[in-house]
Amino acid sequence: MAEPAPDSAFLRIEGVSKTFGTFQAVRDVTLSVQRGEIFSLLGGSGCGKTTLLRMLAGFETPSAGRIFLDGRDMAGVPPWSRPVHMMFQSYALFPHMSVEQNIGYGLKHETMTKAERAGRVRDMLDLVQLSPLALRKPHQISGGQRQRVALARALARQPKLLLLDEPLAALDKKLREQTQFELMSIQQRTGVTFIVVTHDQEEAMTLSDRIAVMDRGEVRQVGSPTEIYEYPASRFVASFIGSITSMEATINGRSAEGRMDLNVPALGGVVQVRDMPSFADGQGVTLALRPEKLQISKDRPPGPNAIAGLVKDLAYFGKDSLYRIALPSGALVQVHAVNLRRGDEASRVADWDDQVWLSFDPTSAIVLGD
Amino acid sequence: MTRRPVFLLSVLAFGFAFFYVPILSMIIYSFNASRLVTVWGGFSTKWYRALLSNTQVVEALILSLKIALVSASIATILGTMAGIALVRFTKFRGRTLFSGLVTAPLIMPEVITGVSSLIFFLLLAQWIGWPAQRGFVTITLAHITFSMVFVTTIVQARLLQSDRAIEEAAMDLGSRPWQVLFDITLPVISPAILSGWLLAFTISLDDVVITSFTTGPGSTTLPLLIWSKVKLGVTPDINALATLMVLFVGVGVLGAGIVMNRTEARRIADAQLAYRSGQ
Repeated sequence: MAEPAPDSAFLRIEGVSKTFGTFQAVRDVTLSVQRGEIFSLLGGSGCGKTTLLRMLAGFETPSAGRIFLDGRDMAGVPPWSRPVHMMFQSYALFPHMSVEQNIGYGLKHETMTKAERAGRVRDMLDLVQLSPLALRKPHQISGGQRQRVALARALARQPKLLLLDEPLAALDKKLREQTQFELMSIQQRTGVTFIVVTHDQEEAMTLSDRIAVMDRGEVRQVGSPTEIYEYPASRFVASFIGSITSMEATINGRSAEGRMDLNVPALGGVVQVRDMPSFADGQGVTLALRPEKLQISKDRPPGPNAIAGLVKDLAYFGKDSLYRIALPSGALVQVHAVNLRRGDEASRVADWDDQVWLSFDPTSAIVLGD
Repeated sequence: MTRRPVFLLSVLAFGFAFFYVPILSMIIYSFNASRLVTVWGGFSTKWYRALLSNTQVVEALILSLKIALVSASIATILGTMAGIALVRFTKFRGRTLFSGLVTAPLIMPEVITGVSSLIFFLLLAQWIGWPAQRGFVTITLAHITFSMVFVTTIVQARLLQSDRAIEEAAMDLGSRPWQVLFDITLPVISPAILSGWLLAFTISLDDVVITSFTTGPGSTTLPLLIWSKVKLGVTPDINALATLMVLFVGVGVLGAGIVMNRTEARRIADAQLAYRSGQ
């Protein structure tokens, strides 16, 4: 009955859709996740990421499509029979049970002796470093500790797949960074496949091996954090991940080997980017520039892509500064510059109302068709 | 400089007097040596002694307690089930009708509930010959029907507040829905179930209207006894009985207050503990 998967993917989601009444929460999502991967579903609220996660856990039934886990079709398998455990956003700890009882709860469904069960709970407590708090109730521990109890509880039955719903959202910033690395190290030690739902792009970037960016129920792009950031497939993905300045452009032709000329009215002329054969001459495209890929200088730099502008705004963050440069066309471009030299205001690259030059390498510009 | 808010204080005093002077005078007159309720004849505790040797009162009290205990317990089981069904199963046929039927006794005048219960029992006796006589069983059944809704309401309110995710988490960890009910749902809402039981118990204990419709010969509950005695003129032993009830309730409320204060203090201590261990 359970036909083996044609490809080696550990988890396969095939054309899954979910409709609530007239609202389509998830549209025709197809994804595969490898064993041992940390895979993130990233998107804003209402993008369908949580619904997709709940379908993996078995709390929702797909309206269409199929889900295979380790070659087994999950259709009709109830949540309590799935080798999938979930860490809830609210942690959902049982308030009337101690930390130890919470972690051991799922183990009562395993055929194991009392001693084995106690041993597993002890291992889990060690894994999340909560052994001294084993007898406390959930309301007697801090938020960060609750998060670790929830993780230990979900891992105790050694699931094939662990689903994490906004695992770090309820923690404050400092704890979040620390916990992020803890999660990654626990994942490496246990080897369990993690699927993380998050709206926080930084969290997704640092945690994940691969990310699926979701929008309005659809997967817009799947790739490694680098691919998603450096090679976004659409304007949506480009602007969702990190900050970016987008401009309308038309392809003007190919004047040099491996280069493509773009006419960008906002930049006041023609710039050169890396050639992408999929675009035809005369086609309308979008040129997108990441703030840190632009250089700022007082003198005109050599090279093809130099644009003059005026410093409109400047934000000093210490290690770097963000400039907003007004171009003659009226467009505003954001530039991130690292503050390499130590010193006072006089040593800065540019100051308010300074005349500056912007430049970028042809290979670091992003050209998008839609 | 600080003008005493004379008006406010007198309104307050009047309000309290309105509530408590009747109870206080009742307590004072329960120690009256005179047979006449309104004439003070010196201090005495004879009415308390008379009360305890009055088998009628003691029997009525025992019957009332028995009815309250049984009806509150059954009402709690049924009411909790209804509450869970209404909150957790949002889509079933006739849900609106069911929720209306469950909560109707809350707004139904007691006289109506009483009369309809009586007619129902009479018809039932005609059709199937049961109940041949009204008494403990019929009173208990009537009390269950009207006190169940209070349990349902309390349980429903508690369930609506509780995080649905903890039940899903239990299911996710391998428990079937009925295991989740006994492992998670019921323990978590147990304080609400307990207060529902207490409420049903109190309501049953002091009900007059519905009880008087569904009672039969020889089944006199304490409120019915007091009611019938007062109809023949207030005697000081009623004062003594009422004073004992006030004392009972007072001690109960005070005890609950102390427990709640302790719990709150412990909760604060726990929160501080959590904060310190989080450092």
